[in-house]
Amino acid sequence: MNHNIWIYLLIMAVVTYLIRMLPLTLIRKEIKNKTIRSFLYYVPYVTLAVMTFPAIISATGNQWTGLAGFVTALVMAYKGQGLFKVSVAACVVVFLLELV
Amino acid sequence: MKEKAVKNWKIFKSGMRDGVPIALGYFAVSFSLGIQAKQIGVSAIAATVMSLTNLTSAGEAAALTLIAAHAPYLEMAISQLVINIRYMLMSCALSQKWDPEMPFYHRFLVAFGVTDEIFGISIGVPGKLNPLYSYGAMALAIPGWTIGTCLGVVMGNILPELIVNALSIALYGMFVAIFVPPAKEDKHVALAVVAAMIGSLACTVMPYVREMSAGSRIIVLTIVISLVAAILFPIDVPEAGKPQTVEN
Repeated sequence: MNHNIWIYLLIMAVVTYLIRMLPLTLIRKEIKNKTIRSFLYYVPYVTLAVMTFPAIISATGNQWTGLAGFVTALVMAYKGQGLFKVSVAACVVVFLLELV
Repeated sequence: MKEKAVKNWKIFKSGMRDGVPIALGYFAVSFSLGIQAKQIGVSAIAATVMSLTNLTSAGEAAALTLIAAHAPYLEMAISQLVINIRYMLMSCALSQKWDPEMPFYHRFLVAFGVTDEIFGISIGVPGKLNPLYSYGAMALAIPGWTIGTCLGVVMGNILPELIVNALSIALYGMFVAIFVPPAKEDKHVALAVVAAMIGSLACTVMPYVREMSAGSRIIVLTIVISLVAAILFPIDVPEAGKPQTVEN
């Protein structure tokens, strides 16, 4: 084995930090361009939706409990519950269904 | 002055409160990451340092595969760049969410905590974002992620599977709680979110396209759908994340 684990870790840490840090430090002014602003407005929600679905269905290892957790979260969030409640409710539903 | 300290502490605490589900979800995910690390022979110390310094699930999972394969260093760098490039988009969006008057050094610190989840809750904050909110969330999320990884290596399969399974949906539940409220208020966001889910599902099941890594799927779909939405439904954004001209 001619590769050092610590060099791997160093490379990972540096690359990942630069990706996060550069835009934050280079973009200091507010962006005026309407299309770019609209783009950045949609980005977070689209990203989160892509990451959530369909991954949430297979997250628990059982697609039915996953689906139940997803529906629970959707309903709770639609009713205006906060992050923590929605998240815990989804976990509890999955846990109870797995007990059955 | 004292009043300001009280207000800051309140903001920090609200970040910590929203950080609780993140830390729980991280714990569950990083625990399984730790088990994976152990399987390929990475020590508990190395795995813990990896999680502490990287704070990213997809990137670290891919890195473990590369470490197991004794991949060249350059390949490690490129894979991290590709998988984590979505953080660049998030940081761009986040750069608009701050008060331009905010002391500059905060940007170097907050940058460290740009993860899918912390970004998600930060965007959910109404108006301008106070860095103390991010620090509050990071104060729980980083230990959750790091300790979870460490315990995963050390304790392996001690935690009952039932609990691990239930915890692994925590993160997604949180995502749902972030994108549903704006989708409820703004039908264009709702449209974009539904398109994102359909696109994501299509990319996971369609032949050829499904070979794409999760990281690239996220980047491609995010850029394409957000761009189309921005062109079709441009928005007057007086402050980042706070649309003004939303009709119901």
